[in-house]
Amino acid sequence: MANEELNSGNPKVDIEYRRKKSAEEMRYQVVSFALMIFLTLVAFVAVGYDGFSAWFIIPFILVLAGVQVAFQLYYFMHMSHKGHEAPALFLYSGVFVAFITLLAFMTIIWW
Amino acid sequence: MKADEKFTYETWPAAPEKQTLDGKNKFLGFWLFLGGETVLFATLFATYLALKDSVPVSGEHNLAKDLFEIPLVFMMTMLLLTSSLTSVYAMYHMKNFNFKKMQLWLGITVLLGLAFLGFEIYEFNHYVHEYGHTFTSSAFGTAFYTLVGFHGGHVAFGLAWIITLMFRNAKRGLNLYNAPKFYVASLYWHFIDVVWVFIFTVVYLMGMVG
Repeated sequence: MANEELNSGNPKVDIEYRRKKSAEEMRYQVVSFALMIFLTLVAFVAVGYDGFSAWFIIPFILVLAGVQVAFQLYYFMHMSHKGHEAPALFLYSGVFVAFITLLAFMTIIWW
Repeated sequence: MKADEKFTYETWPAAPEKQTLDGKNKFLGFWLFLGGETVLFATLFATYLALKDSVPVSGEHNLAKDLFEIPLVFMMTMLLLTSSLTSVYAMYHMKNFNFKKMQLWLGITVLLGLAFLGFEIYEFNHYVHEYGHTFTSSAFGTAFYTLVGFHGGHVAFGLAWIITLMFRNAKRGLNLYNAPKFYVASLYWHFIDVVWVFIFTVVYLMGMVG
C-alpha cells in the first residue's frame, strides 16, 4: 500500500489510481475497527461471565489487547505502509525496554 | 514544492505529510517520541502492577475488585475507540484535500474525547467520595491515579492540541505547512487509544478478575 511516487505524468490517471487506493485503505481501516470492537466485546464478556478461571482469563485478555494494538498501529497509524522502517525501530525499541521494565518490577523487585 | 504553495484536489500530493523536509522530520521525530512514551507508560504500568492492592490495612481499604465496574469502563472504551476511527476519517479527507470534511471529523473526534474525559472525571470523583480511594490513601491509590491520570492528561493535551490546530488553520485551508501538523496530531490521538487498550485490560479487566 505504498502511497508515494504515484506520478505517471497523466493527472487524470493518477487521481483515479489514488482514489481507488484510498477507498481500499479505508475499507481495511473500517474492517480493523469492526475487529477491534469485536475483540473488546470478547474481553469484556470473558470478564463479566462467571464460568472462567483467572488463570484462563488473564492471558486471554492480554492476547486480545495485543492483537487490538497491532491493528491500531498497522492500520490506523499506517505502519503497514512503506517508509515506516525507522518508526518501527523506534517503537519496538520502546517495547523492548517496556518489556524489561515490566519484567523487573513484577519479579526481582519483590523477591 | 514550497510549504505555502496553493494546491487543488488534482495537484495535492498523495503523501502530503511527508512532502517537505519539515514534514519528514516531524514524522520521524514524532515516532521517536512515541517510542519514548511507550517506555514512560511501561514504567507507570510496572509500578501499578507492583503496587496493585497494596493498602495499609486490608479490610479497611477498597481494592481493585471493589472499585471497578464494567459499564463505565465499557462506555469509556467505546468512546475512545470510536474517536480513533473518526480521526482516521479526518486523515482520509486530509489526503483527499477536503479541508471542511477533515475539520468536521476532527470536531467529532474532539467531542468524543471530551465525553471520555467527562466520564473519567466522574469516575475519579466517585472513587474519592464514595469509596475513600484517594491519591494518598494507599500505595495502590497513588499508582492507580498516576497511571490512569497520566493517560487522562494525555487525552486533555491531545484535545487542546487538535482544537488549537483547528482554530489556527480554520481560514488557511490545507497546505504542505499544516498537513504534517494534522497528521502528527492524529498519530498522537491513536497512541492515546493504544495506551487505553492496555489500561482497560490490565487495570480494569484484570482488576475485576482479582
